[in-house]
Amino acid sequence: MSTDKKLFGGFSRRDWLKSVAGLPILGSVWAAGWDTTEKSKLEKELLLERLNIKASPPPPSGSMEGNPVRIGLIGFGIRGEQLMRALGFATNEWLEAMAISSQEDPNDKRLEDFKAQENLNVKLVGVCDIFDVRAEDALRSFNTPDNPCKRYPTYLDLIHSGDVDSVIIATPDHWHAPMAQAAIEAGVHVYVEKPMTHTVSETYLLRDAVRRNPGAVLAVGHQHRQTLSFLTAQDAISKNTLGHISLVVTNTNRNDDNGAWQYRIHPDASPETIDWNAFLGNAPFVPFNKEHFFRWRKWWAYGSGLSGDLLTHDYDRINCVLNMGIPKYVTASGGVYTHRDGRNVPDVMQVNMDFPEFSSGSSQENGKEKGMSLVYSATLGNQFDRGTVLMGHDASMELGNILTIYADPRSTQYKEMIQDGRIDPAVPIYQYDPSANGVDAVTSATAKYFANKGLLWTYRDGKRVDSTFLHIREWLSCIRNGGNPSCGIDEGFEEAITAHMAGLSYKTGRRMEWDEETEKIITLPEEELDAILLDNSVSYVS
Amino acid sequence: MSASQPLSSAQTIALVLLRLFVGWHFLYEGVIKLYTPSWTAKGYLLSATYMESFFHWLGSDSMISLVDTLNVATLILVGAALILGFRTKLASILGIGLLLLYYLAHPPFPGHPQGITEGSYWIINKNLIEAVALVVIYLFPTSMSFGLERLFHKKEIKTQST
Repeated sequence: MSTDKKLFGGFSRRDWLKSVAGLPILGSVWAAGWDTTEKSKLEKELLLERLNIKASPPPPSGSMEGNPVRIGLIGFGIRGEQLMRALGFATNEWLEAMAISSQEDPNDKRLEDFKAQENLNVKLVGVCDIFDVRAEDALRSFNTPDNPCKRYPTYLDLIHSGDVDSVIIATPDHWHAPMAQAAIEAGVHVYVEKPMTHTVSETYLLRDAVRRNPGAVLAVGHQHRQTLSFLTAQDAISKNTLGHISLVVTNTNRNDDNGAWQYRIHPDASPETIDWNAFLGNAPFVPFNKEHFFRWRKWWAYGSGLSGDLLTHDYDRINCVLNMGIPKYVTASGGVYTHRDGRNVPDVMQVNMDFPEFSSGSSQENGKEKGMSLVYSATLGNQFDRGTVLMGHDASMELGNILTIYADPRSTQYKEMIQDGRIDPAVPIYQYDPSANGVDAVTSATAKYFANKGLLWTYRDGKRVDSTFLHIREWLSCIRNGGNPSCGIDEGFEEAITAHMAGLSYKTGRRMEWDEETEKIITLPEEELDAILLDNSVSYVS
Repeated sequence: MSASQPLSSAQTIALVLLRLFVGWHFLYEGVIKLYTPSWTAKGYLLSATYMESFFHWLGSDSMISLVDTLNVATLILVGAALILGFRTKLASILGIGLLLLYYLAHPPFPGHPQGITEGSYWIINKNLIEAVALVVIYLFPTSMSFGLERLFHKKEIKTQST
């Protein structure tokens, strides 16, 4: 110590000050940083506690153990191929293409994701496609020693073969209900693509068939029901985070050929390779036409246009979160404005769906608020992303793969917190991004459109998972372990009736009304709804 | 360097202020990140617009937690060293390295995507300016005038004279 004293003997107070004055500065900066983070953490915790929204993942669907489920596929087109991958069956061509693609772009995880997919313990035993080339493509990749698979001449042969427990239907819309009904009546489980039906009468017939055959499980292919952010949204709504929701806006915006259903016409397509009469089915007779075959979504005879093809996704997304059922009133307008190529389904369409009795909860005096409009607005000539927004008195929720909630500046519920400056209406009060910091490779404009809507993939434990895989897994779990699919016959019924009301309003130029008691669309005397819906003459409103 | 042409008091004060301010900035950034457990550089690294493969590697799942820890630790150590006036030459070099990494991941080169910035930049941005400030701090050490090194400096003189 005495040495120390000697050592620093020449130190003046000024020297000391100049030596150690950095210490209080360091302490102050450190304390300021700590204080700032603690305060924002406390505010965040307070808000989260107040909102109490659960972002926990749902329990996975049940076990896949037991005998393999024997599956038959009807329709090996674009969607059929995607569904097969979700089931665990990829074509050799796809595997080769993805291997090259992932080498060129390390962010392209499609092959990796596919290989990591859980084995669903199924056998793909039969395929049915009326285009020889596609049926043969399927057999070439899927008929292996481990998985013997054969082609059946018609869907009835496949269903009644006794070889299948279940079928996956990925055909043009006008075949959905006849095939699903035939399968259900035969006690065969069904996974059918959307829209569930093509006409109003088919919707009732299929529901009756499912009710008569409770042993057969029917699931409708609205895979976004598995999207994690939507499940979180359900929880937020149930806790009245948004207050009374008076308006929901949802949209389709696409601006590319694929998005406008201008699919590639296969060079080998001919009357020899395609069973044309089987394609037509209940549709009016026209001579063999390749464009009708490959681009069937463009005609009411086989498809359902924007209302059946894309509104159904958006409607079901909202129905899954709000559970509001069939609208009381539907009005629609639009026309063929962007693709005047001979199609007769509209490519620009606006649909207003009204639910005068609906209430999502309220933060104001009793009876002040009731009723909601759902507006669907679509164009195939512009791809500006307008997002899906649920607009409540207290907050707005933007719904996609990421869920964001903003308090409304005039909210009753958050009034005090806004006044105290603890909530800034310009900053989200809640944001949920299940992908955390993941970066996803998206391949095309249409894929991006679907991905933003939570239709391509979702997340479990921070990992990207194909939503279709989860949806098919849920269906298989109901087959094996019992239970009801999240999008079963009742949800499919609501989806189909709503889509048909939109199509009917577009065609008649009239507001369509749903009678909840009789479960019927109100018709004018001598009006035949299905005849109007299927009418192929070029657009009514122009 | 200081021996050949001694700095005026005003020049020394200006250099000390520069050192303190840069240190202040580093330390505060480091402390905020330290106390924000959800913070990660992953997004910044994966969205790099230059030397992408290198930055993607740093941002990869196997590297990111090490990279985040080293980043926070370096920010705090450099900040503390510059404020306290201790080993400022080493701190300056480490700080320059860190700033150059930030700069190269998203450089404001002509024609490069700029992302969200609070100003307008062409080739030179604030990261680069701060890096050059650290070059100045490296070349004109002031810790003996203001900082812990003054203690040792004086001690040495005292020891030599006895």
